[in-house]
Amino acid sequence: MEIFSNLADGFAVALTFQHLMLAFLGCFLGTLMGALPGLGPANGVAILIPIAFTLGLGPVASLILLTSVYYGAMYGGRISSILLNIPGDEPAMMTCLDGHPMALQGKAGEALALSGIASFIGSFFATWGLVLIAPLLVKVALLFGPAEYFALFTMAFATLGGVTASNQGKSAFAAALGLGISMIGSDSQTGSERFTFGHIHLYDGIDFLIAIVGLFAISEVLIFIEHHKGGAAAKSSAKIGRLMPDFGVLKKSIGTMTRSTIIGFLAGVLPGAGASLGSFLSYSVEKNTVDREGKTFGKGDPRGVIAPECGNNAAAGGALVPMLALGVPGSGTTAVLLAVLLQLNITPGPLLFRNNPDIVWGLIAALFIANFMLLALNLPMVGLFTRVLLIPTRILMPVVAMISFVGIYGLTGSTFDVMMMVGFGFGGWLLRKLGVPLVPVILGILLGNEMEVNLRRALQISDGDWSILVGSPLAIGIWAIAVTGFVLPIFFGKKVKKNMSADHSEEKMDEVMKGGD
Amino acid sequence: MSDRIFGLFGLALAAFYFWATSIIPDSFMIDVVGPRAFPYIVGTVLTICSLYILLRPDAEPDWPNLMNFIEIIFATAVMFLYAWGLSRAGFVIATVFATAYLTWRLGSKPLGALITAVATSAGIYVVFHLILGLSLAKGPLGF
Repeated sequence: MEIFSNLADGFAVALTFQHLMLAFLGCFLGTLMGALPGLGPANGVAILIPIAFTLGLGPVASLILLTSVYYGAMYGGRISSILLNIPGDEPAMMTCLDGHPMALQGKAGEALALSGIASFIGSFFATWGLVLIAPLLVKVALLFGPAEYFALFTMAFATLGGVTASNQGKSAFAAALGLGISMIGSDSQTGSERFTFGHIHLYDGIDFLIAIVGLFAISEVLIFIEHHKGGAAAKSSAKIGRLMPDFGVLKKSIGTMTRSTIIGFLAGVLPGAGASLGSFLSYSVEKNTVDREGKTFGKGDPRGVIAPECGNNAAAGGALVPMLALGVPGSGTTAVLLAVLLQLNITPGPLLFRNNPDIVWGLIAALFIANFMLLALNLPMVGLFTRVLLIPTRILMPVVAMISFVGIYGLTGSTFDVMMMVGFGFGGWLLRKLGVPLVPVILGILLGNEMEVNLRRALQISDGDWSILVGSPLAIGIWAIAVTGFVLPIFFGKKVKKNMSADHSEEKMDEVMKGGD
Repeated sequence: MSDRIFGLFGLALAAFYFWATSIIPDSFMIDVVGPRAFPYIVGTVLTICSLYILLRPDAEPDWPNLMNFIEIIFATAVMFLYAWGLSRAGFVIATVFATAYLTWRLGSKPLGALITAVATSAGIYVVFHLILGLSLAKGPLGF
């Protein structure tokens, strides 16, 4: 089996002392960031990218650190969901529904333990899914020419909002804004100066990290200032109770875990779904399967904790498939992980699997290792993370802002860039207020150049004939998905969103949704 | 109303983008598409979306009241000043001021804010500069 020898090589790369320490650090920080409301996987990874880079970590080391943060945040989100009924990040929203009632019944420890195990199962099998499916997708991707890639990028934008997108006009505006920003600087093909207006700082274009950290981290700080949310998330140290999971319950939930993992993984792989939808789908399917009359779900049913946690962690693994194999991220957080790869000068896609198998398989091995570490961190040490919820945000958010500044200044050493980051932060705040999603902006800045290069290559091949963009069945198929993905939410978006928020108040839902995936 | 203003702003932005695209100079290297085609496409999408937002506005967003809006403006201004002051005052001093302001505005008492700020600044300096070796802005005092 080729896969197993590849995986063995991967473990050889990942199992060094430095890499293990980085994975541990990443898992720890990730769980922390996931647990804290206001800091999700996307901002967490975004703040750490410039720091990992300025520390001079190699590609494999940086990737291990940052993907551990990503996986860790997926675990951590559930802690505040269960204890406080406040989702630590968007995918953990569904965990509130049964997790918090369990905590109210004095079974917080059991809920935390069960959800920790569910998270492990979800991401463990999703990582296996990644191992098995990514190489297959790579084989398909080898058939792609520039025209197909151009269509694929368009599809990524069209489907990014997913079925819950509230206003496609604003999503498309955000994408165009990002693409427009990415055009600034010297044209990669002909060297013409574009949109620089003779400003020397702009010749190289705008570094996407400045935009990401500004839009995610700084705008979050501004939101906190606006609402004067300076208090701690938790009032007093919550009673956790018995931490051991009930093995009888676990045994009974095998079916739940299997279904939720599969659904979550598929939601992650498919464009425009992501972890939030993964956890939502898993929860509602489970509710319809085992509790048709609605007797126990929503009132502290352990299966209602297991399903969304399996689902969102499986989706997190699944979302890595299109990101690594095609270079097209399907969610905000994977967009940030794509930024990591681009910053390291690694172009994801089929060539990555062929030319740098050590990076791909080292990363996958690291994911397995991180998963076991997270299980260990999250069962006995969960009490430590619940203490973190006692830190008031008036201390925490300024620290987050300052670390963002340190990262960007360390990376570029330029006052102009740091000011630009603040500008992006304010702009991000304004856009969030207006209901314009920020993830398409980021994706536009990240993919803009690559998209244009593929368009120009395609037209170079056809000698200026634009019909090459729909010149193959594969391309037509991708365009069809793109159009469907863009149009469907206009008709069904409101209904799905209504169902999702049936058990939640609308405002809370909106507030969380704005934070990105 | 907000969305209508936003749509108008989007149209102005798109118009500016078209103009800025039209003055992109040609270079001695030429390809079939040229450096202007893709920006024109982006500008077109911007225009269409802005028109859509202008004509079909969403419900009014939940704007902060005037005081809170001023609060946001001040916080942004302080962060701008911080960026400007980093290379002049040095990391440690600039960070104390910026953190103290943010912590104070998030609800700490002035003295508490100052103590938090000094601790944050020193903590970041020790962890990121002394332990991890990141280069931070140096001021006239050397830190």
